[in-house]
Formats: sequence, C-alpha cells, structure tokens
Amino acid sequence: MAETTATTTEVTVKEKEPLFGKAEKKLLLDPLGDTNPITIQVLGICSALAVTSLVYPSVVMAIAVVFVCGFSSLFTSLVRNKIPKQVRMIVQLVIIATLVTIVELTLKRFNYPIYKQLSVYIGLIITNCIVMGRLEAYAMANRPWRAFVDGLGNGVGYGVILIIVAVIREIFGKGTLFAGSPIQINIIGASNAEVGYLINTAAESGIGSLFAGYTNNNLMVLPAAAMFIIGILIWIQRTYRPTLVDVS
Amino acid sequence: MDSTNSVIRFVVIMTAGVAFALALLSTSWGGQIKANEAIFNKRAILGAVSDYLTEDPKSMADGEIESLFASNVEQIALDMSGAVLTEQDIIDSGYKGGKPENIDLAKEKKKPEDQRIFPLYVFNSEKGKSFILSVRGNGLWDEIWGNIALKEDLTTIVGATFDHKGETPGLGAEIKDNPTFPSRFKGKKIFNDAGVYTSVDVVKIGGTAGNPYAVDGISGATVTADGVSEMLERGIKYYLPYLNKQAAATKNKG
Repeated sequence: MAETTATTTEVTVKEKEPLFGKAEKKLLLDPLGDTNPITIQVLGICSALAVTSLVYPSVVMAIAVVFVCGFSSLFTSLVRNKIPKQVRMIVQLVIIATLVTIVELTLKRFNYPIYKQLSVYIGLIITNCIVMGRLEAYAMANRPWRAFVDGLGNGVGYGVILIIVAVIREIFGKGTLFAGSPIQINIIGASNAEVGYLINTAAESGIGSLFAGYTNNNLMVLPAAAMFIIGILIWIQRTYRPTLVDVS
Repeated sequence: MDSTNSVIRFVVIMTAGVAFALALLSTSWGGQIKANEAIFNKRAILGAVSDYLTEDPKSMADGEIESLFASNVEQIALDMSGAVLTEQDIIDSGYKGGKPENIDLAKEKKKPEDQRIFPLYVFNSEKGKSFILSVRGNGLWDEIWGNIALKEDLTTIVGATFDHKGETPGLGAEIKDNPTFPSRFKGKKIFNDAGVYTSVDVVKIGGTAGNPYAVDGISGATVTADGVSEMLERGIKYYLPYLNKQAAATKNKG
C-alpha cells in the first residue's frame, strides 16, 4: 500500500511538480541529519569554532549563513546556464561576496553592537566551504527553486549545530544564556558575584540561578571546547546511524 | 568553451551591476551606519563615568545616549603640548567633522608622536565633574583601547571602559566582557602623593589591596594585561601637559 502511494506521488511529481514536494522536503531536511554540513561533511568548522562561545552571536551568524546560502544558491541557479565555464567559480564568489556585504551592511545599520561582536566572521562567510560547496555541488546543476531549498537546508543544518554547541559552551563557560541580548538569563553559578577571577556577566535576571557555587569552566570559552563538542556530536550521531560511518 | 569576448562581457556586466547595487545600499545607509558607530563610541565614553549616572549606559536607548552626551559632555581636542585645538586644527589633522569626537586614535597612533592630537571629554553632572581620557595600545593579537575617567582632582579614577579588536575570548577579551575588570580601576590613582605620575599597573592577582597604583589582572591573559598597563602608562602621559596646567590653575584659584 505504502509503495503504491509512493509511486503515485512520483508520477504526480513528474506531471505537475508541487511547489513543496517530497524532493524539496528531502533537500531541506537531509542537511539537518544525514548530510549535515558540519558533523558529516565537516565543512565550515572555522566559524563554528570561533563564534560559538555565546548563543546570541551564534544565532545571528546562523541566520546570516542561512540567508547567504539560500540566496546564493538561488541566484547561481538562475544564471547557471549563462555563466561562462572559465570563470564559473569567480562568478559564484562574486554572488556570495555581494550577499555577505549586504548582511554586513544590514547588521551595521540595524544592530551595530552585534556587528562589532561578530567582527570578521561575517566577512568570512565568503570563504565558508558550505556555501560554495552547495553552489558547485547542487545549484550549478538544478533549477532555482530546488537550489534555493537546498541552500536553506544546508544553512539551517549548519546553524542548528552552531546553536547546540553555543548553548553548551555558554552555559558551562559563562553560566548564562543569550548574554548580550535583551533576554539574557543566568543559568548556573552565582550571578554578579566574583567567583575566582571570572564572574558571571549575567545581569540580575528574574530567574534564580542554580548551583551558586559553580565556577565557570574556562576551557569552554576557548575554541578548543567547540572542537571537543563537535567531536562528541559526530560520535553520538554515528552511534545512532551506523550507516553514516565510513568504512575504509 | 565560451569565447573570451563573451566571458569579458559577462564579467563586466555582472560586476557593474553588483557594484552599483552595493554602492547604492552603502550610500543610502551610510549616514545611519556612521551615527551607529558614533553612538557606540559615546556609550563607551559614558560607560567610564557610569558612577555619575543614574542608569547604566549599556541599557540606555540610542537617543538617551545622544542627548546625555550633548547636554553633559564638553569635548576638547588637545595636542602633545597640552594646548587646546580649534575646529580648524582638527580639520587640518584630517577629520572633516571638526569635532573632537571625530578624532580616531587608531589613525593618530600611526602618526609621529609630536603630531598627534587627542580628544578630552569633560563630563558635568550634579554628582560631579569628570575628565575622560581616551587611550589606545596593543594587546596580544591586535589593538586594544579604552576610556579612563578622572575625578575633578585629576588624580583619582572614577571608572574605565575597555575594548579590543581580537583578544582571546574568555582570556584577554575579559577586559571588555567582564565588568569586574574595568571596575577594579575605580578609586585607583595616577599620581602619587608627591604629585609624580605613576599610572596604574595591571599586575598578577593578589597583593593589590591597599595599593592605589595597581589592579588585579586576569589569569591566563598576561600579555593583554601588560598591554593595558603599557597603554595606560603611555596614553595618559600624552594628556599630562594639559592635566598639569589644569591642576596648576585650580591651585592658583584655591
């Protein structure tokens, strides 16, 4: 029965092509798990290590990458038949760089402090392998809508890992969540009291903090911690999906 | 294979289009971006005198920062000899705005020492008057900078703010991220009892209690801490001619 349904849907796809069919769903959801850019393809590690010490900048970074990844795929796919082969990658790079500049200007215009905080990492989206990787692997050979969905999916796949890592690092490294944003909250450790030399920068939030005696783990603030956390995420994911393990 | 001509045509059209679009966006938002940058700096300057304010500048709205700065802060530009500069002098030094707040210490740092100019912000409120000095130096990876507010006696520090370009998060970056670090400067002194310039040193943790010329550093960030010490030592020195003149003037009056 299930098989019959599947065949029927495929036939309909060929006939009418719904705007958001099975293929699109797969493009959007696969990068969250089985083809995740960070844990499976191990791309975009540089920025994943650098910006994930706090959740708020990581969220902004994730949104920026989703935007750049989605729209660069869309635009590349739109002009894919016109791009001369000799300058293919340079054209892709120009498209990415344009979108990144737009993101940078937007942040400067609407949220200057967060722009200062992310500093060079916004500019470095240009060299993020995920973006260009998707253009080469997918957008150059597929129609705009699907390329767009594929770009969004990969951007979200990157962003999800970024935020997971940032949540773990901020809680154990600073004791806070969303520090620097208007909804900053204190999770563990004494708030606003000196603990060793490091203190919790959380403002007096309404939420009482647990384990007031907790001393912030300074390792978590360093990029090396992100490496360990990503390593552990990769381990967990492959334990649950043994098919993902490379046999070589 | 596309012909060379078609490649060139494609590239030229594409770059021209992209350049035009970005230039349009950049110029139409340019004013607002500049304003954001100015407010960001003013917030940092006011942060140094947060003890004299009813509200922490970090949580103030942009408009409040602007109006507070406009009503309570008097800005002066100084040269190396402590002379007060006119608007024309500031423009001649390369700042079109002509206001002391336009002075960019990053640019000044590259000039030969005798040609540098500095902004000085005089903050007035019912709670007190303060002189805010801007300093800039080098941390471990890149530049660091800060604002030091002095009390009316021109000796005691009211508060300080620091910022950096690329110090290590959790270590050197704590000079900005950790509010206890700048607050350790409160009440410290830059002149000893004999009136000799001492600056304030950032030293190894412990042993600074009762010492008004030193503050505790940050474990694991020795180079940044040394950078802060050096920045303060040299940065405040540039203001000394003016501070001495002011001190002498107050003494004569008294």
